[in-house]
Amino acid sequence: MADSGVTDEPGTKDDVHRAKTEGKELSKEEKQRLRKEKKQQKKNKEKKDEKASHESEKKKNKEEKPVSAAAPASQPPTQPSTQKAVPAPAPVPVPVSETPALADKPAKTKADLKAERRARQEAERASKQAATSKPKAPPNELQPVVKRLPEHVQVDNPGVLKKLAKKLERQQTPGCNAATNAKIPLRLDYGYKVSLFSHLHQYSRKAPLTQQLSIPSTVIHPAIVRLGLQYSQGIVAGSNARSVALLHAFKQVIRDYTTPPNEELSRDLVNKLKPYISFLSQCRPLSASMGNAIKYIKKEISNIPSQCKEEEAKRKLLSCIDCYIDEKIILAAKAIAKSSIEKISNGDVILVYGCSSLVNHILCEAFEKNIKFRVIVVDSRPRLEGREALRRLVQRGISCTYVLISAVSYILPEVSKVFLGAHALLANGYVMSRVGTSQIALVAKAFNVPVLVCCETYKFCERVQTDSFVSNELDDPDDLIVTRKGKTQLEHWQDVPSLGLLNLVYDVTPPDFVDLVITDLGMIPCTSVPVVLRVKNVDQ
Amino acid sequence: MELQAVLMAAGGGSRMTDLTYNTPKPMLPVGNKPLMWYPLNLLERVGFEEVIVITTKEVQKMMATDPKMKIDVKMKLDVVCIQEDGDMGTADALRHIQQKIKTDVLVVSCDLITDVALHEVVDLFRAHNATLAMLMSNAHEFTETVPGQKGKKKTAEQRDFVGVDQSGKRLLFMANEADLEDGLSIRKSIMRKHPRMHIKTGLVDAHLYCLKKAVVDFLADNKSISSIRGELVPYLVRKQFSKTTNSPKIKDDAENQNQKTNDSSTNHELLISSRDEPLLQLAQERSCWNDHRGDMSEAYHGGKLRCYVHIIDQGLCCRVNTLAAYIEANRLAPKLFEEPAVHPSAVISERCQMGSDSIIGALCQVADKTSIKRSTLGNSTTVKEKVKVTNSIIMHGVTIEEGCNIQGSVICSNAVIGRGADLKYCLVGNGQRIEPEAERTNEVIVGTDQLMEI
Repeated sequence: MADSGVTDEPGTKDDVHRAKTEGKELSKEEKQRLRKEKKQQKKNKEKKDEKASHESEKKKNKEEKPVSAAAPASQPPTQPSTQKAVPAPAPVPVPVSETPALADKPAKTKADLKAERRARQEAERASKQAATSKPKAPPNELQPVVKRLPEHVQVDNPGVLKKLAKKLERQQTPGCNAATNAKIPLRLDYGYKVSLFSHLHQYSRKAPLTQQLSIPSTVIHPAIVRLGLQYSQGIVAGSNARSVALLHAFKQVIRDYTTPPNEELSRDLVNKLKPYISFLSQCRPLSASMGNAIKYIKKEISNIPSQCKEEEAKRKLLSCIDCYIDEKIILAAKAIAKSSIEKISNGDVILVYGCSSLVNHILCEAFEKNIKFRVIVVDSRPRLEGREALRRLVQRGISCTYVLISAVSYILPEVSKVFLGAHALLANGYVMSRVGTSQIALVAKAFNVPVLVCCETYKFCERVQTDSFVSNELDDPDDLIVTRKGKTQLEHWQDVPSLGLLNLVYDVTPPDFVDLVITDLGMIPCTSVPVVLRVKNVDQ
Repeated sequence: MELQAVLMAAGGGSRMTDLTYNTPKPMLPVGNKPLMWYPLNLLERVGFEEVIVITTKEVQKMMATDPKMKIDVKMKLDVVCIQEDGDMGTADALRHIQQKIKTDVLVVSCDLITDVALHEVVDLFRAHNATLAMLMSNAHEFTETVPGQKGKKKTAEQRDFVGVDQSGKRLLFMANEADLEDGLSIRKSIMRKHPRMHIKTGLVDAHLYCLKKAVVDFLADNKSISSIRGELVPYLVRKQFSKTTNSPKIKDDAENQNQKTNDSSTNHELLISSRDEPLLQLAQERSCWNDHRGDMSEAYHGGKLRCYVHIIDQGLCCRVNTLAAYIEANRLAPKLFEEPAVHPSAVISERCQMGSDSIIGALCQVADKTSIKRSTLGNSTTVKEKVKVTNSIIMHGVTIEEGCNIQGSVICSNAVIGRGADLKYCLVGNGQRIEPEAERTNEVIVGTDQLMEI
């Protein structure tokens, strides 16, 4: 069974893939969508230069294949990524968003196609070098190779921005508001972006998306507006908290939902959720855990039989959501705590970084079991989340030390174990977590201190990344400005043309630095993540 | 539906009786539009589609019939009439329409003229799940001379003491000078939670409140609260820190009654809970955010009742409840709408000197050799030759004969100013006649039958 696609795009491709993989006939809407996407791709390519024309041929070939292929082939996602990666001049691989499609290709023509593509790329590169030199970041040069990058990592491509704006316009809430043609507003980027990260969005907290919405929000459900505001202001932060809050908001949406006449709940509700998801991703890019939760809900909604009454269907959905939270978050935390406590022994000095809800839970549980240990909390600017972790641990009575990340190599000789939380675990074993985590793992490796990553399985995602540039999140650059003794040095940073402020949120840690991953399925090494994903998909 | 808008337009204008004894306050012309138009325009601009207007029968009649005072807004106005005897406070009015309120409510007063970005107030209300969010602005001193005021301006009348926290958003303390007989006392529970508090006295309350639906239900049960600003808001601000609301689960009424000692006047507790409370609690627990730091308590100190305030420094925000404010509003209000200063149907002769900051209403007739500077002329006003109007407000239907000199005055509707009159800083009441060659300075000229009304 082919792996379902990445959840960076708001789910259009997912529907199609899910429908195909589950053997259902493509519904009319899904077929239309496929046709529209193909047309748009063709239009896009016609606008570009000669390089683009090559691209469209290649892309058309690839598009043909997934539509016709029905035979699933379970291949590890790393293989297609190596196919796509351009050797030597561009070492930066691209997030594989179309791995399932490629996996469907029969094995014997892969080598031929590979050779063809290589030849074409050589020709393009030669012609491009002969033409004007473009000072763009490496990911842009890979566009001919990549099938389709998720839209949120193509911000410096005006064509993609236009497409996104049009898509937001098209996503009106169906039903009574269709007549007013209300649309989801597009949030504008703020400030100068460092060129390496110019393909990502950078928003300002002072310009919330609600400025462009009407106040009694009719287009978007009020619970979703509230959630979006809480995301963008950072009131709900942290992978688990964001997922729980998202599911809570979806419960309210489902409660207030009524099926319009001549529509089926299973299709209409999914369409209703799409503009909400776009809105939320405009407020703050979706996390991997949120993406998995959304996939789950959409699957549950589509699985509702058409003869089911609305009340019953809604009740079923609400209980599904409760069940998901119980299993994947609450019980998983309990299971992980149980396994982790075996790893904590008396006299341990445990180092934690930032504020991970799971790690805090583990430490509190271990303390309840009367294990004698002490904790070192490492913190970093600008978020300074460690202060909140420190508060929670000290409130329980655990003895803690607090340092900033610049002192981590000073304090590491005292440490016996490092516990890290994760935002997501990628399919090639890399751990995506708060920026600074890979630094800690690196230094711990240098000091031979074991690094344990705690992560629930619902945060596992099929994306593949080997560096932190390709896909990340840029926070508000004004957060880096600090006032000391009445002086704010960076106050007018925008007036200095050569100055850029970079506020990264995530980074990826290679599996060589991680010794063990503790999940609710047990304690696994980092390289077993693809196996877990495969097992999960077979279950579903 | 997220928010319902309620416009309180039943106020009497007790601090400017000279203007309001004939025209109800919501209908007073400001920049040639009725005062009510401004908050309605604000609500329409941000996207409201219907408003519940609480007003008196007189105002409703005027809205419907009087062509000079047309209110042209595209929203649906649901007019609710209440008795005019003046005993009904704003909270009583809210209780009166409790059946119509289905969601959280945004209460606006009819005398608010502002161009604030309303989403700032509502965002505070949404993001922090607040019970109350209100708007305040830094007050400006009025510089214009007010007609009829003898001597120096009165020193600060009842000041409001407003305490906010470090961020300037959370409302910690609110009291009026009248209620603080022997000094300002702050409860220890507040100081323990918020050791740094900024107390401001120069703020003007814009009377714009976002209230949760639970508050309206609470009002329905507690009939002793009659004014939103005077009683409900201070009560809510105090309740943030009272022990009963800090319990993690709000139990039913009977238990809370036993715990209360101070609030003997109120019978029922404010029930603030929502469905799926445990889920919200879980999300808040797992989130690594706190609104304060330095002590051991969780976000919001575990309190469920939260009051927020948005204070604006720049921009226009004024409440027209005194004569000085009315004059100020007339000068500033034209900036809020883009209609031309001179109405197209007005007949202005060429030899008239008109400043660019004057507003001429519809169907006016302005004769030769007149000079109109920094003034507002109402609809259907007639100004004869050689008249000098400076810094004044002329309402509808006024006739000004030749040779008059009007400076810094307010002339109410249908008044007639005789030939050659010289009025400085006067207020001429409704329908009054000023005899020719009169010289009045700093006087309030109203009819004798109105003099006894206080």
